Amino acid sequence: MAKELPLVDAQFDAAVIGGGNAGMCAALSAREAGASVLVLESAPREMRGGNSRHTRNMRCMHEAPTDVLEGAYFEDEYLADLLKVTAGETDPRLARIAIRESLATSAWMRGHGVRFQPALGGTLHLGRTNAFFLGGGKALLNACYAAAEQQGVRVLYDAEVAGLNISRGAFESGTVMLEGEPVTFRAKALVAAAGGFESNLEWLEEVWGEAARNFLIRGTPHNKGKILKSLLENGVESVGDPRQCHAIAIDARSPKFDGGIVTRLDSLPLGIVVNQNGRRFEDEGADLWPKRYAIWGRLIALQPGQIAYSIFDSKVRGRFMPSVFPPVCAQSIPELAASLGLPVDATVRTVNEFNQAVVPGRFDHTVLDGCRTEGITPPKSNWAQTIASPPFLAFPLRPGITFTYLGVRVAESAAVRLKDGDASSNIFAAGEIMAGNILGQGYLAGIGMTIGAVFGRIAGRQAARAAQL
Amino acid sequence: MPHNSDPQRVMAICNACRYCEGYCAVFPAMERQTVFSPADLNYLANLCHNCAECYYACPYTPPHEFAVNVPKMLAEIRAQSYRECAWPHWYGGTILPALAVCLLVFLWGARGATAQSADFYAVIPHSNMIATFGFAAGSVLAMVIVGVLRFWRKSGPVTAPPSGMQSIVTALRDAMTLRYLSGGTRDSNARRWFHHFTFYGFLLCFASTTAAAMDHYLLGLRAPYPSLSVPVILGTLGGIALLIGPAGLYFIKRRRDPAISDPGQNGADVSFLALLFATSLTGLLLLALRDTSEMGILLRLHLGIVLALFVTMPYGKFVHGAYRFAALIRYAFETASPATRKVR
Repeated sequence: MAKELPLVDAQFDAAVIGGGNAGMCAALSAREAGASVLVLESAPREMRGGNSRHTRNMRCMHEAPTDVLEGAYFEDEYLADLLKVTAGETDPRLARIAIRESLATSAWMRGHGVRFQPALGGTLHLGRTNAFFLGGGKALLNACYAAAEQQGVRVLYDAEVAGLNISRGAFESGTVMLEGEPVTFRAKALVAAAGGFESNLEWLEEVWGEAARNFLIRGTPHNKGKILKSLLENGVESVGDPRQCHAIAIDARSPKFDGGIVTRLDSLPLGIVVNQNGRRFEDEGADLWPKRYAIWGRLIALQPGQIAYSIFDSKVRGRFMPSVFPPVCAQSIPELAASLGLPVDATVRTVNEFNQAVVPGRFDHTVLDGCRTEGITPPKSNWAQTIASPPFLAFPLRPGITFTYLGVRVAESAAVRLKDGDASSNIFAAGEIMAGNILGQGYLAGIGMTIGAVFGRIAGRQAARAAQL
Repeated sequence: MPHNSDPQRVMAICNACRYCEGYCAVFPAMERQTVFSPADLNYLANLCHNCAECYYACPYTPPHEFAVNVPKMLAEIRAQSYRECAWPHWYGGTILPALAVCLLVFLWGARGATAQSADFYAVIPHSNMIATFGFAAGSVLAMVIVGVLRFWRKSGPVTAPPSGMQSIVTALRDAMTLRYLSGGTRDSNARRWFHHFTFYGFLLCFASTTAAAMDHYLLGLRAPYPSLSVPVILGTLGGIALLIGPAGLYFIKRRRDPAISDPGQNGADVSFLALLFATSLTGLLLLALRDTSEMGILLRLHLGIVLALFVTMPYGKFVHGAYRFAALIRYAFETASPATRKVR
């Protein structure tokens, strides 16, 4: 099929690299503004959409309740929530654009067939701040792709971009691999929406050393960071810490890539977490789980072998979200340690010491219940109960990488900023590749999709305009 | 990790994900447990309306190694529950011969049918008609009721909440409106509308027969009824709907994504649609040609097909409505019951 593509001759107004939420919003918005649009998606059709496949909602500012959002969520509160997690690693002007445009952009997405629903089940705490996609991110992508096809956007799958030809900060042409052969594509403007570099195992190893070999990637295997690297090598200014990534604890038995939401484990604060030497290394009950779960990926990455084990007993079974694989189960701690491959004596000693240190209290896993330990290091500050009621259960844990923070700096028009201070005349960026401008560190549920949608829409519109100049 | 088509494995994935819980009743019902017995599966499979929205929204469908395919998995379990719950069991094997006998008996008699006017009872005496269809309808009804009761029992224990009646009304509304087939995809909406044509067409035909019986027994009016009478108007409307509905459902079925269909059920699905369509077609032809010499053979053909439809009902696709309605009642009971455990 690739042979038939007259890409060498065809000149598009806008080329979009990456067919996730940001890329598709850019494509739809550029098409709406009258541009001819080419989308180059590196995944096959069945796995299209990058990490958006695994998302579920977008954080939306709103001044009054809507059909899917409760109460109100004003700009200042939204920005404050963001600044709290990024500790200032935020360009407030860009953040305010994302926030102010969030509701209007979600309405615009609806216009293209995306459906929303109120928060349900285990996500009620987000019912005021986040609009949920009916069916999740893949359903959102299906709607976007259907709209794009209907509106005449040209989408190529299995189309990995191998190189960009950039001259003095302006895009001229690019090379895309189609069925193993390099093919040139030309466009008057470029939207880079190709994500971060979290699936590039070599790059991860450059940054984190051999430990990175034991990382699991929660999302797409296609975010190799090639476009990011290419832009940075061509004089685009970077943003975000190149050494940071968002990582949580996931089931060690998960696939290397694409395990998504179901591999996540919420059992950690309800028991103890030990490393491969059978020793505890962190206060499992320091704060409420939603505020803490994102620290565990990094903590486990620092442990020997990058592995840890969440151990608990039958008392807390059913008090956390179920996950994809059943826990390892045993009638005694020695038996459990043996089946996990942990040193039996050390593990038994850790559990015994922990049990003796537990101060009696009223256990309530839904609040900071003050059930703590005394006299052990590290302590457990909340939800400390003895691990004594068989069967004993455990999940093996590994760091699960969600995304990386390194990105390209952008202007309010979504144009990438060059190192000499100017903004590029025809290169725009949207989504994870520029999210570091707003989310420089930390994590705020649903803001990635907001940034992707809002700046995707802006980038598409600006790319169409740039193509007309 | 082992990855097979074990429903327990698939539902553990769904239960950990929950992205689909806005689509229909299956996912909220699934979230009420973490271990799935055959009874739970039986229930969940029949609660599923096979809209397939969840398949298209799922990030874990093939080629993902988790290979989740909920609609297909539930369709296979559903087919099994039809087989296991049908009663009496030996009857299943006799369907084809019984069907052949129905058609033959009626057509064989057609040799002598020479009535000129639309006098149906000259072709088949009224008492014969009543005896045959009364017996067939009564047997079918009994068999389907026993089947549904067996299905209910096989789905595990459930307690009616204090507001049980209200739950049944909710379930009835959800069934009559096909609430869980009202997803956004074009196919599922089209299926919903063609199903409405089929179901309400069937009800109109049933109402037409009832109206005719009332005319006969209460008012002493003998068939044939005039064109503007209640039985003929209801029957005509119902008949037209029962042509549109099954035809539409058949064409949607033909172009359905093979990834989500269970080919083992094609026979039951298509034969049910074909019998409904043929019932309606012969009925309308009979109405149009009732004053001609073709009336006799058309009447016999129509009645033969109706009887065949009846005979296949307890073992055919027809039961899906009864089982699904029972599953909706169970779901409404569970939803209203404060005792229902929700796994969080």
